[in-house]
Amino acid sequence: MCLAIPAHVLSVSGDKAEVDFGQNVLRQVNISLVDVKVGDYVLVHAGYAIQKLDEKDALETLSLWREILEAENQ
Amino acid sequence: MKQKTSSLKGQVEPIVAVRNYRDSKLARQIATKIQEITPKRGIFKFCHVCGTHEWTITHYGIRSLLPENVEVIAGPGCPVCIVPAAEIDEAVLLAKKGVVVTCFGDLLRVPGSDGSLLDAKAQGADVRIVYSLTDAVNMARKEPEKEFVFFAVGFETTAPATALEALSKPSVNFSFLIAHRLIPPAMELLLGVGDLQIDGFIAPGHVSAIIGMKPYELFPKVYRMPTVVAGFEPVDVLMGIYLLMKQLKEKTARLENEYARVVKWEGNPKALEIMNRAFTVTSGNWRGIGRLPNSAYKLRDEFAAYDAHAKFNVKVEQGKDVLLGCECHLVIIGKIKPDKCPMFMKACTPQKPVGACMVSSEGTCRVWAKAVSSHYS
Repeated sequence: MCLAIPAHVLSVSGDKAEVDFGQNVLRQVNISLVDVKVGDYVLVHAGYAIQKLDEKDALETLSLWREILEAENQ
Repeated sequence: MKQKTSSLKGQVEPIVAVRNYRDSKLARQIATKIQEITPKRGIFKFCHVCGTHEWTITHYGIRSLLPENVEVIAGPGCPVCIVPAAEIDEAVLLAKKGVVVTCFGDLLRVPGSDGSLLDAKAQGADVRIVYSLTDAVNMARKEPEKEFVFFAVGFETTAPATALEALSKPSVNFSFLIAHRLIPPAMELLLGVGDLQIDGFIAPGHVSAIIGMKPYELFPKVYRMPTVVAGFEPVDVLMGIYLLMKQLKEKTARLENEYARVVKWEGNPKALEIMNRAFTVTSGNWRGIGRLPNSAYKLRDEFAAYDAHAKFNVKVEQGKDVLLGCECHLVIIGKIKPDKCPMFMKACTPQKPVGACMVSSEGTCRVWAKAVSSHYS
């Protein structure tokens, strides 16, 4: 039930946004719980964006994991 | 004001955040690391409390990548499975009274004391599946001559939408039957179950997206229990297990955040504020577990007009939660694995579920049943 899917914000109109889940799956979602703008990524749960998804953080975390794994090899 | 960039439409690549966290090379690297740092002696058990984590673990075969002495057990992480029969009975009662009951699809077949919402629907009641609460709100607007109830089930991930719609004052023919529950009290309960070994918690990423990290602080501080908030891709879960094992090796207990791309320390302040305006926290019953203090949301008195309990005067105090022979109550707290239940895939199958854990697509038994059937097909 706590499944939430990342999506890309295509347009914003009031408390609604049109988002793209990838492969052209488009849907209107409610964005009242987050502050987003066009181009952001959001996590969508049952029609409501519940949090922004930070792509920079995503990449930084991955490189951190790689560093930890590498460091322990030495 | 409307912003628009239609040029983006259809051109979006699967986002890096998803693609890279499914990198099999990195996943194997982490699995090897887990093998390296796991002590050879002893058995280590990590508990997650999220149906989506169980899905990732089973779907990607993560258990098969772990050392033989490392187990991942599934706690009460399926919000549909833990709705007590009495609350299903209330929804069935409303449906039979002629109220349109709307809910997510998972709930339809969850057994009440005497039948499910699906049974009520088969007998002519108006029970409708919705994808989103928004759909239910809109239906009520379009059909003002009927009474609508949304059966609001789910943990902290799902509850903000209910709070938001309650504050937005839906139409007068709309109300909520609220069965939302909070996860941290259930985690705390598990630590009090005497013969249940837990060496670390994999905390649920999307609940944490809302509540943040603070509610988990007590686990390392009070219980010396390593706790890692993790995401839902295979690299997330493996890294979560690695971080827990590392803490065990260092003989320390910390709270760590593996899912920093989504989970902030403070959670989602906007959602928390909305929930605080709409709800109070009260004690609640959990199927197979019993009554837990401070584990349920209730609409504040000023929203009583939208509370189906008050509006229709329905309250079922006692329901039949577990049927004879069904071991759901032990599966829910991670005490036994689904295949240790004598009914699993015999009397209880996804087509004909006996217990709540076999009904929801996130119930531990259902997730295991799917893995078993794809293994043999």
